[in-house]
Amino acid sequence: MSNQKILMGHGAGGKLSHQLIQRIFVRHFSNKSLSVLNDASVIKTSAFTAFTTDSYVIDPIFFPGGDIGKLAVSGTVNDLLVSGAVPKYLSAGFIIEEGFLIDDLVKIVASMADEARKAGVEIITGDTKVVKKGQCDKIFINTAGIGDAIESESKLWKTPKLRAGDKVIVSGCLGDHAMAVLSARSSISFEREVLSDVAPLNKLILPLYTNFPGKISFMRDVTRGGLATVLNEICADSELGIELFENKIPVRCEVEGVCEIFGYDPLYLANEGKVVIIVESETAEAILEQIKSCEFGKKAEIVGEINKRAPGRVIMNSVIGGTRIVDMLAGEMLPRIC
Amino acid sequence: MCLSVPAKIIEINNDMAKASVGGSIIDVGLQLVEDVKLGDYVLVHTGFALEKVNEDEAIKMLEMIKQLTDNPDDVT
Amino acid sequence: MKYLEEYRDNKLASNLINEIIRISRKPVRFMEVCGGHTMAIRKFGIHKMLPPNIELLSGPGCPVCVTERSFIDKAILLSKKKEVIITTYGDLIRVPGTASSLDQEKSSGADVRIIYSTLEALKIAEENPQKKVVFPGIGFETTTPSTAVAVLNAKVRQLQNFFILSAHKIMPPAMEALIKGGADINGYIGPGHVSTIAGSRIYDKLSVDFNISVVISGFEPLDILQSLLMLVEQQEKGKPSVDIQYKRAVNYKGNLKAQKLVESVFETCNTGWRGIGNVPDSGLKLKDEFSRYNAELQFELEVKEVPEPKGCLCGNILSGKNKPQDCKLFGKICVPENPIGACMVSSEGTCAAYYRYNF
Ligand code: SF4
Repeated sequence: MSNQKILMGHGAGGKLSHQLIQRIFVRHFSNKSLSVLNDASVIKTSAFTAFTTDSYVIDPIFFPGGDIGKLAVSGTVNDLLVSGAVPKYLSAGFIIEEGFLIDDLVKIVASMADEARKAGVEIITGDTKVVKKGQCDKIFINTAGIGDAIESESKLWKTPKLRAGDKVIVSGCLGDHAMAVLSARSSISFEREVLSDVAPLNKLILPLYTNFPGKISFMRDVTRGGLATVLNEICADSELGIELFENKIPVRCEVEGVCEIFGYDPLYLANEGKVVIIVESETAEAILEQIKSCEFGKKAEIVGEINKRAPGRVIMNSVIGGTRIVDMLAGEMLPRIC
Repeated sequence: MCLSVPAKIIEINNDMAKASVGGSIIDVGLQLVEDVKLGDYVLVHTGFALEKVNEDEAIKMLEMIKQLTDNPDDVT
Repeated sequence: MKYLEEYRDNKLASNLINEIIRISRKPVRFMEVCGGHTMAIRKFGIHKMLPPNIELLSGPGCPVCVTERSFIDKAILLSKKKEVIITTYGDLIRVPGTASSLDQEKSSGADVRIIYSTLEALKIAEENPQKKVVFPGIGFETTTPSTAVAVLNAKVRQLQNFFILSAHKIMPPAMEALIKGGADINGYIGPGHVSTIAGSRIYDKLSVDFNISVVISGFEPLDILQSLLMLVEQQEKGKPSVDIQYKRAVNYKGNLKAQKLVESVFETCNTGWRGIGNVPDSGLKLKDEFSRYNAELQFELEVKEVPEPKGCLCGNILSGKNKPQDCKLFGKICVPENPIGACMVSSEGTCAAYYRYNF
């Protein structure tokens, strides 16, 4: 381990830049297209191509269960997957603060390479900029992704059409990512460690397309803003609404504990490896079984259904039988005393 | 007002303790309470224990509710 | 989780509701003074399970909602000072003052930090000796002891740079003022954790003077339902009194150690309650011997009194005269993302609770 740091020169395009690219990026991301180091990589794509991008900033950059690199690959891969595409290629752009530890950069890049391998994607083009101290918070990463869209899932490329009776499936416990990050930032700890759920979900999602072609009406990854926000987006302008059942919502008891302490609601906590899936009711159970058989979907549940009770709204049946509206998150969630 | 949760004391160091809520562990100040022991449940508000939870009373209350009949027509 | 889950039992809840329906005859109005109760009632949908002759009103029990705007303005003024770090509970950060909020000041560069415990504020003061750390103290009987501990701790550690801006309040005078001001209610659902500290005795006089019921309640659905049953029983028998439902956390005398701590640091003063007005002896200020920790005395804090935003009915809502739906701004201009009045800001505020959970 060394204390070598990123210098302004690493972004200046000269010798230092070249070394950085060869020794870190090319080495870890190793693939044919990248090692050519042309200005652009040329690839062959399918008839329908899915294309997405996202930028990643997180404090802290290393957290239980992952780091910003793992996040940057999984996030973009999952965006492709839920849109009905098989992820193929990624780009990676780095904005690094002067003075950043090179060892930390290596860790992040290695973890990106690792996740890319698991997700079956190649990182084929990239860019690095170095900014003066204080102009960014350690490191920001942007990734864009290209995937082959699967024709049988064309419903997922379009605006969602809800049908009364469809079931809502959540692929696992809510809020693990938010809790892992929170514990890294504060003095909260856990009896059993809570790890971020960040992961590329190929193994969970692709089998669904193979085994239930065209049966999924809608899929979205549940990230910032939590389940409540995603579901509200889905039904915002619809004549139908979503009805949830509180006793079905999967939440780890450690996460629930933190929510009780600080007044958080797990429905609004961030996730990085969870999806919400809306399916025809006849196939719901079979799809749920399939999801549960995957390591990322063991705690999946049917949490609700689409119906007419509250058009354009998400409503919750509370554990004691009352109902309430579940709105989108208003602003950042803050710990409160009352 | 005054969000407060029952937490189980799992470690005591002078006037600070660690307490668990469903497996989440937080630091709790014991400045406001007396005779807190390991394993006690306390109500925590803004990081301070407000009071020990009275277990006997907790059980009594649930018993009272359980004794209410399910069907109002059964009773005259 | 122990002491939580067992109080959310569906079947026991319907036992209680059936019993309430069975014995309740008279039309009655109960006020929950505590925002935590408002939230729980809305969140679990309790208000919709009750028979029509029982009406629930929401009272002034959200420390954020009753905090006067001038207090927020003072905190904002302090946050603008270069040498000041504001350490605050998250509840206060989005509350609109006259021209901005702590959140907005933070985004324009003020050093505003959210803390969960006053001990964190002390730590920040210790770590930043060249700065002045101010803690805006909000809250009732439950929360004041934490501030008292911080002040006493600051004294022991000889911290020169820690200050309190106190808006701490005590509950019974406001509950009395509400009734004198014409709130037409048969009973209070008494605040649970306030009473954990202060004891049920603080309501004795109120109950006798005004012949009303006070049942001190816990915050889980079964707690609230059982409290409602107890209130209804008292009213049906025509014998209003003070009773404790939340016996696992509340007794007659309260937490004497905490009371002593508070008495050693604070003394009562007159203070304004948003929506109720000035209530004698309902506020708490630092005693003279702790003046050096008193931000009001250690900084220049002149702020103008300003009227409430036009159209906002917070005042009437806090005193139970209006419901949020009566406000023309409710849900249209005033929403949680863009709160006009305090009742919409705090997630326990009555307007916010109605907005979020109204169905
Ligand atoms: S809805 Fe907004 S403006 Fe109207 S009373 Fe409530 S807080 Fe005030």
